[in-house]
Amino acid sequence: MLVPQDILVSIRWDVDIVVARQQGRTMAANTGFSATDATLIATAISELARNIVMYAQEGEVMMRRVETAQSKGILIVAHDNGPGIRSIPDALRDGFSTSGGLGLGLPGVRRLMDEFTIESELRRGTTVTVKKWLK
Amino acid sequence: MEVPILKQGRFLIATIQAALSDADLLQLRRALIDQVIRFRSRGVIVDVTALDVMDSFATRTLRDITNVIRLRGADTVIVGIQPEVAFAMVQLGLTMEGVATALDLEEGLAHLQQRAARNT
Repeated sequence: MLVPQDILVSIRWDVDIVVARQQGRTMAANTGFSATDATLIATAISELARNIVMYAQEGEVMMRRVETAQSKGILIVAHDNGPGIRSIPDALRDGFSTSGGLGLGLPGVRRLMDEFTIESELRRGTTVTVKKWLK
Repeated sequence: MEVPILKQGRFLIATIQAALSDADLLQLRRALIDQVIRFRSRGVIVDVTALDVMDSFATRTLRDITNVIRLRGADTVIVGIQPEVAFAMVQLGLTMEGVATALDLEEGLAHLQQRAARNT
């Protein structure tokens, strides 16, 4: 029997963003996702990892295959101990950004995935958890 | 991973060969703009067929390249955006407004030649 294996990618430099999304794509493909869904997942990971590099300098992205009685899927947790998000509602609004970026990161990631939760505390850090299920 | 840029008459062709980091994308932007100025190019093609993901940073950088090159009086065409990459971009909310796109290198070149013929 296969033991589900977590993948943990430390995020510090822009090259780590590429590593994280490639690992995510491989895991998505191995879980049974189509090429289109694997690209959606890789794109979401790219945005989450970029937020870490831009706002928190360092953090990590964890990926895990998940399974329920109904479905299989992939879980991604992006975590950092950075400055935190002052207003989560603002951060989830299309077009809002505090770094002069495009401000599409979080609302876009929410659209790409099936489940999305965010926890953030000022000066403590931010954790974004997303899931996508096989349909 | 540096992106090779090929000079073909008054056009430049940049072919992305693999996934690019942010630094690679910025290096491509510098190199393309430098060469457009140096060779007085009339058109640029960026072939993104091999790009695994077009996230907000890649999209913004390609749009910046197009805008700077337009101010030099030259045209840019992005070719080869893969169907699944295009789908992810739209879901993410990314558009390439004001940026010419074409299916592949051949159609991109045809587009540039048409524009050049109109301007002479």
